Amino acid sequence: MIQISDVSHQISGLPILTDVTFTLPKGGITALIGPNGAGKSTLLSLMARLSKVQTGAISFDGADVSTTPTQALAKRLSILRQDNSVSARLTVEDLVGFGRYPHHKGRPNAEDHRLVQEALAAMALMPLRQRFLDELSGGQRQRAFVAMVLAQDTDYVLLDEPLNYLDMKHARQMMERLRDTAREQGKSFVIVIHDINFAAAYADRIVALKNGRLHAVGTPKDIVTRPMLKQVFDLDIIVENIRNLPVAIHQIAPFPERQEHP
Amino acid sequence: MPSDRFAQMALPQTGQAPLDRARARVLILGALSLVALGLFLTLGVPGGAWGFALPFRAGKLVALVLVAYAIATSTQLFHAATRNQILTPAIMGFDALYLMLQAGSVFFIGAMATQDLDPILKFSLEVIVMMVFSTGLFLWLFSTQARDLYLLVLVGIIFGTLFRSLSSFISRMIDPNDFVVVQGATFAQFNTVNIDLLWISLVLCAFTVPVLWLLRHQFDVLALGRDTAINLGLPYRRVMLITFATVGLLVSVSTALVGPVTFFGLLVTHLAYRLLPGARFGPTWIAASLVAVITLVGGQAVFEHVLGFKGTLSVVIDLLGGLVFLTLLLKGAQR
Repeated sequence: MIQISDVSHQISGLPILTDVTFTLPKGGITALIGPNGAGKSTLLSLMARLSKVQTGAISFDGADVSTTPTQALAKRLSILRQDNSVSARLTVEDLVGFGRYPHHKGRPNAEDHRLVQEALAAMALMPLRQRFLDELSGGQRQRAFVAMVLAQDTDYVLLDEPLNYLDMKHARQMMERLRDTAREQGKSFVIVIHDINFAAAYADRIVALKNGRLHAVGTPKDIVTRPMLKQVFDLDIIVENIRNLPVAIHQIAPFPERQEHP
Repeated sequence: MPSDRFAQMALPQTGQAPLDRARARVLILGALSLVALGLFLTLGVPGGAWGFALPFRAGKLVALVLVAYAIATSTQLFHAATRNQILTPAIMGFDALYLMLQAGSVFFIGAMATQDLDPILKFSLEVIVMMVFSTGLFLWLFSTQARDLYLLVLVGIIFGTLFRSLSSFISRMIDPNDFVVVQGATFAQFNTVNIDLLWISLVLCAFTVPVLWLLRHQFDVLALGRDTAINLGLPYRRVMLITFATVGLLVSVSTALVGPVTFFGLLVTHLAYRLLPGARFGPTWIAASLVAVITLVGGQAVFEHVLGFKGTLSVVIDLLGGLVFLTLLLKGAQR
């Protein structure tokens, strides 16, 4: 269970998050949505102790991120931020291997090796595993970083826009893989996602942030509605139900006459 | 498709071949270093002068090996901690800081007192000050998220100029007799190694070896950048502190023994990165140190005993290293 209580955060005097409080049950995929600058990435980095919590508290299964030793947290939760790059020359396999570092501290065993191979296979990276990171495309590199976090094999996985740079095929594959992992292994994913339709299709629950405040928490059916999206994004978006799934057609402005159509 | 993947997974030797190649290359470098050491000790010794030449050269040899180790190691640590492979402590004007401390201590305590101080005690104090300075300065510069490389190059140039100007300013203010003392410290070279500090330098360097070896995996994680390192449970701040303190120590040692050499570290670490592509900190560290020994000791042997030149090795090394630096900067610009 993830507990976020009364979290406020300021960066050089500007409020980024204000009194954010919510609880997420263990297991499943939670999508974090909201307009640019809503505080999604800041919240994620506070949860992963990348930034210090200024006010409030965040805990994973009762372990407070501010007081639990960082080595212990690394076995419990992992994070991947946006815009990852590595200056050292590393192969894909080596990078994914680093995901096991919290467990083996530099001396991998057979189990570590197995989990690395699994993560590589899950992200369809087996053909690329001997390639150096600087020889990959943006999407391939993104998959390599996600594979590293998967190899870390933590109960909680925080991903900041994991679908960045991915084509349709790999984006869908990644979401399917995350959903399968969540179901089969009981892991919890918290994902910042911009494509609301991916959130609707794969998330078990959606957390909407706006102007640094919690706006709503609910199932995709609760959140992906025309009035709710209008509140969160200040944008009029048609939502259609296709195969019992809310689908937001956000690319085009709604035409009034089309709405009359049944 | 899946069967295809499993077939690849079953291949046991993948990942093993580059490792063997890396080991072979390190062994070759080790052999070449031994050759360089041998040449330096024996080349051009006039018959009958062995009794004098060997101990004399041995002292200098130890100093050169220490300098090679210190510069290669400090540069590689700096690369890991700052997540770039272009800047080095020397390019960031760090040896200039050491020279400024020299001038400053003469200015504030006076030349007589400086000379009366036990050189080992004095050097130890300087090392401590350098460790504190480097830790403070670099933590301030690099603790936030990755900064623009060109900004850092600029900062380095400004720092170097600032420290050099300050030390020359201080040199002008002190009286000429005191100045001679400062000059003695600032004009150490490959040819006129500062032998007084040999033992203390040896002890300090020997102390860093096991520490760095134990931490070698942590440096690999450190090089992945702050966020990833913290995600993987690295005590980031502590490792950064140790890294920059060690850099300060090693820069003090090398600058005290032979004075500033701007691009040597860049040259040898990049040769090591090329020789062992994708290798971890441990093997690369050994390779960089060996390349440094080969370049420095071998080069000095040839220059001193074959060509009979004096004081030109640092010029050649800085020329080559400077070319590497420019190439890297231009390559970085293309990306």
